[in-house]
Amino acid sequence: MQRTVMDFWVGVFVMAGIGALLILGLKVGNLTSYQGGDSYALLGNFENIGGLKIRAPVKSAGVVVGRVANIEFSLETYDAVVTLSMDSRYRFPKDTFASILTSGLLGEQYVGLLPGGDEAMLEDGERFIKTNSAMVLEEMIGRFLFNKAAGD
Amino acid sequence: MDVILIKQTAAVIQRIGHRTINSIWRLGCASHFILLVLLKSWTSFARPRLITREIYYAGVMSLVIILVSGLFVGLVLGLQGYETLQKFGSESAVGTLVALSLVRELGPVVAGLLFASRAGSAMTAEIGLMKATEQLSAMGMMAVDPVARVVAPKFWAGVFSMPLLAAMFSVMGVFGGYLVTVVVIGVDEGSFWSQMQNAVDFRYDIVNGVIKSCCFGVVITAIAVFEGFDAPPTAEGVSMATTRTVVTSSLAILGLDFVLTAFMFRGVA
Repeated sequence: MQRTVMDFWVGVFVMAGIGALLILGLKVGNLTSYQGGDSYALLGNFENIGGLKIRAPVKSAGVVVGRVANIEFSLETYDAVVTLSMDSRYRFPKDTFASILTSGLLGEQYVGLLPGGDEAMLEDGERFIKTNSAMVLEEMIGRFLFNKAAGD
Repeated sequence: MDVILIKQTAAVIQRIGHRTINSIWRLGCASHFILLVLLKSWTSFARPRLITREIYYAGVMSLVIILVSGLFVGLVLGLQGYETLQKFGSESAVGTLVALSLVRELGPVVAGLLFASRAGSAMTAEIGLMKATEQLSAMGMMAVDPVARVVAPKFWAGVFSMPLLAAMFSVMGVFGGYLVTVVVIGVDEGSFWSQMQNAVDFRYDIVNGVIKSCCFGVVITAIAVFEGFDAPPTAEGVSMATTRTVVTSSLAILGLDFVLTAFMFRGVA
């Protein structure tokens, strides 16, 4: 086997391998919508996060604008503190309404943002003023039964 | 009567003990050998041409079987995934299914199994035959270290080729899944890609898959070069060593895959 031919094929092999990794990152994975460096953090206190998981999407008008970075329990307010890692391309007003929603009947839970009308924008590390907890099916059924009993 | 029974039991226990000591001894030999390879690999880094040659034989020559099997695994995954998912009306999630199962598990594992039987056995056979025909001793006579000249380049070529092959396998699989579900069956192309991109995380899924394939590359080539170097210098010995390479590295891949999966994917990010 000629050296140059062998070198050529090894070059093709390495390029194809790196190309495959790039395709995996860009086309299959979420590297295109994944700005690692330029993101900012927003905090939200929720009374109940239901089944929200870390890495769950943050959506506004259905568009993914960030991801859930961290979930903690606060001993000061006795509720859940959710840290959102937001894409820095998107800014939201101070009075943005954050709620935990479910995509579809059995889908995953995500954080939905409904922008308000405030002129000032939320800065890195700030908190949402208005939040809405996740719907818990048991509570809903309980309330429904309670109302039913009260009505009769 | 009792004496015979006791003697027989003792013989059985003795055999178990002998086997255990033997296998631990071999494991020690193998670790020692791999350490030696690592210590002597500076020669092959100083002469990258040696590694290039081995990448050609280990990587480029495995390309056809890796690409074809990747394509067919993807085709079958697409068909079967569609078959099951359409019962729940969520056939657009088939892209997620194909991509996640390939990137996380099937890509590294199946590519590793193929690599072990295609390239690992060739490495063992080559080193074993060089030993049987006393080429390795001849090198030693000429003050050329056979571990540095023959074994280390093969080791590094395998370690380098394996992640690239696994990535190509996954890409071909995703392409196969795309072909059968979007082009043939007619699942919506937009939701196929967007659901896939929503579900596959770069750091969590793809990087973990690449780490897995790197681990498999190290294990496969380490077993292959050790078995070759350790083979009895006869035709039978080389053939047995080749068989042992394929069996041992396949079992090692499957076992290691479970351990790595248990550490990487535990449902918590």
